[in-house]
This record gives sequence, C-alpha cells and structure tokens, in this order.
Amino acid sequence: MALEQETFDRIDNAKSQILTQNRGWSQKSRESALSRLSNIGLPNHRDEYWKYTNPAELLTNDLHGLSVANHEEANVFAEVDALKIVFCDGIYRPDLSDEFLSDNMSINRLADEGDLHWAQNYYGTLERNGHTPVARPLAALNTAIASDGVLIHVKGNIDKPVLLLGLQNTQAEATLHHLIKIDPGCSLTLLESGPFATRLNTVMEVFLEKGANFEHVRTQGREHDRWGATHIFSDIKEEAKFKSFTLTANGILTRNECILNLSGDNCVAHVAGASVGDGKTFHHDDTVFITHDAVACESRQVFKKVLRNGATGVFQGKILVKEGAQKTDGYQISQSLLLDDDSQFLAKPELEIYADDVVCSHGSTSGAIDEQALFYLCSRGISKEDATDMLTLAFLAEAVEEIENENVANIIVEKISAWLSRRKN
Amino acid sequence: MLDIRDLRVNLEDENKEILKGVDLTVDSGKVHAIMGPNGSGKSTLSYVLSGKEGYEVTHGSILLNDSDILEMEPEERAAAGLFLAFQYPVEIPGVGNMTFLRTAVNAQRKARGETEISATDFLKQVRERANSLQIDAEMLKRPVNVGFSGGEKKRNEILQMAMLEPKMCILDETDSGLDVDAMKLVAEGVNSLRDNGRGFLVITHYQRLLDHIKPDVVHIMADGKIVKTGGPELALEVENNGYSDILSEVA
Repeated sequence: MALEQETFDRIDNAKSQILTQNRGWSQKSRESALSRLSNIGLPNHRDEYWKYTNPAELLTNDLHGLSVANHEEANVFAEVDALKIVFCDGIYRPDLSDEFLSDNMSINRLADEGDLHWAQNYYGTLERNGHTPVARPLAALNTAIASDGVLIHVKGNIDKPVLLLGLQNTQAEATLHHLIKIDPGCSLTLLESGPFATRLNTVMEVFLEKGANFEHVRTQGREHDRWGATHIFSDIKEEAKFKSFTLTANGILTRNECILNLSGDNCVAHVAGASVGDGKTFHHDDTVFITHDAVACESRQVFKKVLRNGATGVFQGKILVKEGAQKTDGYQISQSLLLDDDSQFLAKPELEIYADDVVCSHGSTSGAIDEQALFYLCSRGISKEDATDMLTLAFLAEAVEEIENENVANIIVEKISAWLSRRKN
Repeated sequence: MLDIRDLRVNLEDENKEILKGVDLTVDSGKVHAIMGPNGSGKSTLSYVLSGKEGYEVTHGSILLNDSDILEMEPEERAAAGLFLAFQYPVEIPGVGNMTFLRTAVNAQRKARGETEISATDFLKQVRERANSLQIDAEMLKRPVNVGFSGGEKKRNEILQMAMLEPKMCILDETDSGLDVDAMKLVAEGVNSLRDNGRGFLVITHYQRLLDHIKPDVVHIMADGKIVKTGGPELALEVENNGYSDILSEVA
C-alpha cells in the first residue's frame, strides 16, 4: 500500500536526517522522538482516532502546482499592536520579524543550535507524555524533524501580544515546533496567523507554572490548497489558566489536536474552535483530550462548525477525570450548522470519570438554520441572506466569546463575516 | 392602506383550506380589530400577510397601498411598511437586541433608497422609545427575546414597531400572556403610534385589549371568513354573550 511505503520512507528519511546532522541541544530529544515514531508508526485510517479523517492526505499528496498564498492577506491581526515573529516556508525570518529586547521575556529560535539551552529540558517532553490514550505519531515526527520554531520564556510583565506570522513563497511543506514556558504569575497572549506552508505540521508545547496565564488565538486555512496537522500540548499547574481559540476558514484538510493536562489544583483550561467550510474538499477535524489530574479544576471545550456544499466536520473530544480529581467541572459542546443536505458532521464525545464528586456535561448537535428565527428576522426587513449570516454568526458566538481580548474577538468576527459574504458571490 | 379581496389560503402540507374568502379593507388612520373563536383563521391571516412559508394562496389578492404584496418576500413587505407583532416572539440566542434593531432599521431604509441612520441618532431614538415602554438598557443588550418574560417579549415587539415606523401594523394576540399592567403598557405603546398615516389590524380573542386600544371597526371571523362587521359595540357583544350567538345569527 502507498501509505505503508510512504510511512517507511518518511521514517527512514527522518532517521537519516537526524543521524547525519547534529541539531545541538535538541539532538537527544529528536533521537528519542525518532525511536518513539519507529515504534508507533505513522497514522493509519484503520486507527480508532483516524477513522473519520484519512491521514494519507496529510502525508502522501503531491504539492506541486498548487496555489501559493499571497503575503498581503496573511496577517489578519495587522491592526493589533503585537510583537511579530515571522516564518517563511518553515524558516524563521529575522529580517521580517520585530526586534525584541527585554529581561521579562526571552525569544529564541529552535534552529539556533548554539550552547546548552533552557529549552532542552522541555523540548518534546509534553509530546512524549501525550501519547495517551492514543499515539500521536505526527507529533513525534514533528519533534524529530522540526526545521524551526520559536522558544518563548516569559519571566515577567510584557505589555503586548506575540504574533506568529507564517508566510509562504513556494508550495513547501513545513514542520514547526514551538515551546512556551510561562513563569509563575506571568501572562502571555499569543496570536497566530497566515498559511505558514502548503502542508504544515505544527507542535506547540505550553508549560504553565503556578498562576500563569496563556491566551492563544489563531486563524488558519484561509487559502484553499492547504493541509495542516497541529498539536497543542499543555501542562497546566495550579491556578494557571490556559485558553486557546482557533478560527478555521477553508483549507482542504486540517486536523487540530489539543492535549491538555490539568496537573495543578484550581487551574482552568478552555479550548474553543470555530470553523467554516465550503465544498466537498473541506475537511476539518478537532481532536481534544483533556486530563483532569488535580482538584477543583475547570475545563471547557466549545467547538462550532458551519458546513456547506458537502463539507465535512469532525469532532473527537474526551475528558478523563482521574481518581482524586474531585470537584472537577468539565464542559464540552460540539455543534454543527449544516447549511445544506450534502454536508456532514461526525462527532465522538467521550467522558471517562474515576472520581465521584465531579460535574461533567457534554453535548453534541447537528442542525440547520432555525426557520422560525429566519422568518422573524426577515419579517423585520432583513434579507434572507443577511438573516442567514446573522444566525450563522450567532451560532458561532459561544465559541468566539471564549476570546478574552475584545479587539481580537472583533477581528475574528470580521473575518467570519467576510467569509460569509465571499460565499455569496 | 390594506386591501384584502376574496383571499383563499390552503395549508401547504395538508391541502386544507384555512381562509375561505376573506374581504377586508383597512384605511389609514383606522384601527380594525378581528375577533373570533380558536381555529377561525385569525393567526393564519396574519402569517399570510407577513409572508410566512407554508401557506398557499389559491385565490384573491392583498394590496398594501396599491402594491400587490403576495409577490413580495417577507423583507420586501416589511420595507413596504407592513409589520407583524408576533403572538410568540422568537428567541434568537447570539443576536443582540440592539444589533438586530439597527440592522432591521437600516435594511428597510436601504430598501427604500434612504440613507442609513447614524449610530448616535439610532441610540437616541432607541433610548427614548425603550424608556416609554419601560425597557431598560440591560434588555436592549441581551440577545433578542432570550430570557425575556412574556410581557417583556411583547413590549420588545412594540419597541420594534416604534423603531421601524411601519404603515400597516398587525398585532397578533398581543394581549396573550399579559397581566393587566403589562397590557396597559403595551396598549399605551400602540396608542402613541396611532396617527393618520398608519393603519392597525388588532387580532384578539378578548374584548379587554380593546378597552385600551379603541378600535374603529370590529370584525368577527369564523371558519376562515369575516362573518360580521360593526363598531366597537360588537366587541362588547362578544364579551357579554360569547361567539355562539353571533355565529348562530349569521348561520
């Protein structure tokens, strides 16, 4: 089979790449990721968690002749005063990035192989521990071969968000691995925008110390010819707060995995996504795994998908409440709005609870535009198209409301509105 | 203002005739009331007027200021000046009441070739009109009708009416689910909109709303037809004797 051959070739390529080059401080972690990958192999459509999304498309398709995104539209956060870190075709570009000098935050690039780096004790560790309940081979592959990425250590007050901007000049494939460590009581807002590559594999490992605060907002998929597999891993210590929101508009195949470990008492983790897709080639997959391993923690998953003209949405979300994780408050909702009869939404919500004093709820629905509401709006003079857009935005609102920064939230709403109006032409 | 001629309407799904030849003319400046027992077709008439799907007009015509509204979409009817205050206002989570109002006002203005209302003028108008209906800022901020009490929903309908300034207002059982105080408040809202350029069609089961909104003409509807038309005294007759006397009289 093509995929098995591809698997073999890829692992082999990764092996020769790693064993012939020395990647400095990250070399050991890369070698151990490679051996993990060799053991688990690349994902297969027969695997439980790849039943709804064919991994072959993330590995085997030919990228030649596909469209390359222009640079102008890459940064949806252009109006936000942010510290810009730019990657182009998977490589950090200092010439395009903002200069930065502060004692309160260090920013380095992964490809900087210099001396012993603080990140060497962190690189790949959350990925290594994140292979439960299922293996995440694309993440292990990423740790092994990542070409670049950003290493951010927040040590004090920083007054503006950091923006990761991804550009592309060729139909390239990119493998980026970011590492973020936020010291006790410190905060970071991280924005992500741009295509980065035609086929992107990203891993972000986020270490939140006691009382640390992380807000992540990203947009992806604006371009049509685009495949992406992303993983966010986070270890969340006591009283820390993790928030991540993703807007996906178009693209061909995107699989976003989020693996969170709530390891300190009273911590909070929210992960949300709004995706809007059009046409048979659109396939969006959110796969979330949240482990409650401490007392009185709160987790929230809010995923909303708007699908039309044969688009496919997938949600796989699991909350695991470990023995002793009492007073857990877990919430999970996944919903799709199907704008026609051809689109489909596949959802697999799961709860696994080993503590006896917890509140966990989950819900999943799939439906069309509410005809009553539509008529009500139209009867007030709003056109059917505009009323449909209003109701679509309203459907996505619960996910968008997870964004704390109001300015950023408004930009996201604008982007969704723009998508809706583009669809009308 | 509104001219309905021999209107016959079927329920689309069941091929069942609900309206069996309705004739009705409302002149501008007048308030007409339609009363009638359950199932007589009153609400169907209001839905057909506003353009709700699911009804098939098999015969007759509806003219609003000489324009045939049966050819129009619901939003075009609204822009032409028709307004239906719903019996059951719809809750719309995620759409803010203010956003909704402003979008509606501007959509109608745009459809009529007028300029959009400025944000400050709009705010001023909403505050003023909401205030007289005892709708507070909190209610304006909330999603449309979500978590509103029955009375709040009906007041919100009247606020929309006040902001959209329609020519022809249809009130479908606006009194249902209201206590006396709430009904007074709603009636005051309606009365303040009464003027020579505007017609009203008030659909109700009971006389009591008509104590507060004084009609010029009262129609009794039964089995899909207007069976009797008279002055305000007709409503009192219904109140005292019920519908059966009138119905046996016309039968």
